[in-house]
Amino acid sequence: MTETTKGAAAGLTNEDFQPVLSEKSADVIVRPSVSYWADVLRRLKSDKVAMISFGVIFVIALFAIFAPMFSPYDYETTNLKATNLAPCAEHWFGTDQLGRDLWARVWVGARVSLFIGLGGAIAPQLAGILIGGVSGYFGGWVDMVIMRIIDIGVCIPELVYITLMMLFMGSGPMAIILTIGMVGWMGSARFIRGRVMQFKNREFVLAAKTQGASPLRQIFRYILPNILGQQVVSITAAIPGAIFMEAYLSFIGLGIKSPMTSWGQLSQVGASFYRVHPYQLFIPGALISVTILAFYLFGNCLRDALDPHLRD
Amino acid sequence: MSERILEVRDLAVSFDTYAGEVQAVRGIHFHLDRGETLAIVGESGCGKSVTVQTIMKLLPSPPARIKSGSILYQGEELVGKSDKEMENYRGKEFSMIFQDSMTSLNPTMRVGKQLCEGIRKHQRIGAEEAKAVAVNMLREVGLPNPEKAFRQYPHTLSGGMRQRVMIAMAIACSPKILFADEPTTALDVTMQAQILDLMNQLKADTGAAIILITHDLGVVAQMADRISVMYAGEIVESGTAAEVFYNPCHPYTWGLLGSMPSIAGSSRQAKEELLSIPGTPPDLFAPPAGCAFAARCSYCMKACLKADPPEFTADDGHMARCWLLDGRAAPVTPPVGRKAPAGKEGA
Amino acid sequence: MAAPLIQVENLKKYFPAGRKQLLKAVDDVSFSIGRGTTLGLVGESGCGKTTIGRTILGIYEPDGGRVLYDGADLAKLNKAQKKAMTRKMQMVFQDPYASLNPFFTVGEIIEEGLLIHKLYPDKAQRRERVYGLLELVGLNREHANRFPHEFSGGQRQRVGIARALALEPEFLVCDEAISALDVSIQAQVVNMLMQFQREMSLTYLFITHDLSMVRHIADQTAVMYMGKMVEYADTGELYSRPAHPYTIGLLSAVPAADPDYQKSHQRIHLQGEVPSPINPKPGCRFCGRCSKALPRCAEEEPVLKNLGGGHFAACHLL
Repeated sequence: MTETTKGAAAGLTNEDFQPVLSEKSADVIVRPSVSYWADVLRRLKSDKVAMISFGVIFVIALFAIFAPMFSPYDYETTNLKATNLAPCAEHWFGTDQLGRDLWARVWVGARVSLFIGLGGAIAPQLAGILIGGVSGYFGGWVDMVIMRIIDIGVCIPELVYITLMMLFMGSGPMAIILTIGMVGWMGSARFIRGRVMQFKNREFVLAAKTQGASPLRQIFRYILPNILGQQVVSITAAIPGAIFMEAYLSFIGLGIKSPMTSWGQLSQVGASFYRVHPYQLFIPGALISVTILAFYLFGNCLRDALDPHLRD
Repeated sequence: MSERILEVRDLAVSFDTYAGEVQAVRGIHFHLDRGETLAIVGESGCGKSVTVQTIMKLLPSPPARIKSGSILYQGEELVGKSDKEMENYRGKEFSMIFQDSMTSLNPTMRVGKQLCEGIRKHQRIGAEEAKAVAVNMLREVGLPNPEKAFRQYPHTLSGGMRQRVMIAMAIACSPKILFADEPTTALDVTMQAQILDLMNQLKADTGAAIILITHDLGVVAQMADRISVMYAGEIVESGTAAEVFYNPCHPYTWGLLGSMPSIAGSSRQAKEELLSIPGTPPDLFAPPAGCAFAARCSYCMKACLKADPPEFTADDGHMARCWLLDGRAAPVTPPVGRKAPAGKEGA
Repeated sequence: MAAPLIQVENLKKYFPAGRKQLLKAVDDVSFSIGRGTTLGLVGESGCGKTTIGRTILGIYEPDGGRVLYDGADLAKLNKAQKKAMTRKMQMVFQDPYASLNPFFTVGEIIEEGLLIHKLYPDKAQRRERVYGLLELVGLNREHANRFPHEFSGGQRQRVGIARALALEPEFLVCDEAISALDVSIQAQVVNMLMQFQREMSLTYLFITHDLSMVRHIADQTAVMYMGKMVEYADTGELYSRPAHPYTIGLLSAVPAADPDYQKSHQRIHLQGEVPSPINPKPGCRFCGRCSKALPRCAEEEPVLKNLGGGHFAACHLL
């Protein structure tokens, strides 16, 4: 055979044609090691929308935690000499019809609303993971019974449920979280069950089984971590719903009651006077909207970042 | 000499990923004559599918990017053609058979409708006529009940039947080139034998040229006129099927041939070590300097680590890229292959 | 033949397939595997070969028949004994992408069996054992901290083998362990498996559809068709003198990597496809595709006949 592409052999000496024992292992991995979560984080960081929405949530959370601490006014102290003041240097968000400082009330309300948002998103997921996990992994009659209960449960309109439960348990953040949890677990249990059934026959779970791993070990070390990513997305996506649910309940008078406050409760009160004092509705309303939007966008970005199909 | 219908020159394709450039195809050239079967052989990730998908312009861009080279179809340059222009070629001039018939057929559309759509796109005929052509096509690819299959959804057919449907779709507009990307890998061996027979028969009937992508040398032996062996984005050896099987020149080809246990031949060699290639192909994210195969090659020389070997070509067109073929290297007896045709120089 | 390590007797495994229908995945199959030998189990997809492997390892409960390990009935073991048995019987899975937990590092994957069985309680020793296993399969200790997705298919399959070997098993089920790999990598993995068999006197059940690889690796070969074993013999005997029409067709369909051989050999092709395994018709299950079928074949199910020298086949023609 003759060399047909010229020039490549230039600069090579006879000595170069001695055999060498290649010391390089052919099993080297040249790409840097990236763990799953590091990769997710990298993708999130490169996503502008994710960073902005996360920033918004972060700032609102900071204000919710610290603003009431540094405010000279208390959220429940009335001052009948200074009612319905428009926003001014003294009262940044103005005062309500009882003379309470709205800056303090808005941020205390933010604490309640965010707490309910998080709790209301997590509670049904936790119940769903537990119940759906058991149902999906063990199957058989256990699965059968749980699924029939859910089938019946989802037939009852949500609002009937919620109204009855709120009347029964009274107002307050915990009552709202419990109510949302009682309504929401069925959907997430169904979802988790499907995912667990899908994963329990994956080869890596079977491998654990043939190694003698107990069912609990299989669930907690093999199946759940693989599902959790999706659940984080579900939780983030459920936060706006829970915040909105609180606002809705308070708005129709079933939720948080004065002097305790929340964004929903503030809007409800503000709505009665919005023609005269629009800022009383506008400020909590805007905060609800911005927060829900930020969580919603962040949830979307998170889903994209976790989606294994996008991994390269 | 037969008519040359496809010529690929110096083609290089890269993918831009967040971590950097992955050089999937690194300067290859090959050609295809009318009515012949060229097999592109190599391991997964060697760039064989990327090559074909580049010719068909099926790769999303970005991340894929043609860095250099030209693709001439009957003398016409395809690189730089828009998607719209390529639509006139796909299906009509060349078509493709995929590995996974389940995902490459539309699950919500009846077999017949998919088939007719393809036919009517390139041929100006009425619905009734298209249906007749389609049913005929299904009969030709050996479906036992073509009228029934015409009305069925893909998932109600077995894997072998779906593959036949895909072949019917691919040949419906009598393309000049048929690209077959691992057409039988997902099938059982008895089904594989039937499909390969079908493809050989269709090739004889229609005169289409086939570019067959596979890693199965058994399939290659049954189908190919010529073979190009790809490794790490480069063609390391090419020649007629007989040359590559019986007088291979590149250590990678030796490894490929040696790693196949024989179904023919005596049972003497059973339980013996197979000739295998150690390690893993290089990551094309950072291709090594010199010969890409050097790290896995047991004949590695210093030159292999310094410079990429050039092409060494024999008079009959048998080409290999290996420094062992340089006059200065000590001769090596290949561990595989058996008959060296007379008048052949080199390793 | 060596003393049997695994005996499978009249094994049955049925799966419900809707409306009182049964998919008879494995229907009355018996065989044994001698200690230190390899049984190759071949057949097309859906013939029940994977189900047999999984039933032996206890992933599925059998619907009839029994599996004996070294003479002990696996169904009669209590919970603790069953767990102890998992140390002796391990599996290498088909899909190198799906068989490793994506959330574990490769080191953790290999370590898991040691943790489950509380072997090597000392952490440093356990690490050393993991490194040793990685080196055994040709990887190195730096790989322990990497995640499965960073490896190639062949490398992952080697991790799967290291995981199976971590518990020092005696019996290994290789379920299509090489099917998903490239040829050169297949040879690498098969060489490795054969080397380990010699060094650790392992017993293999090698399940595959790749007939040339079975010829290479197996001492005995069993051919399955639609849940039934149709032929069983020493590998050399089976490949040189196949008796069952299905085996003959199967062997003829394998493309040889040799163009001249292919031109010189007329191949007999099986026509048609494997019929639905749900509620199969009476008689020989291969009847519909068999070119030599007799009227009797459609009525009466053939049983395995001894053709002498440990060669069995189930066909009325014999």
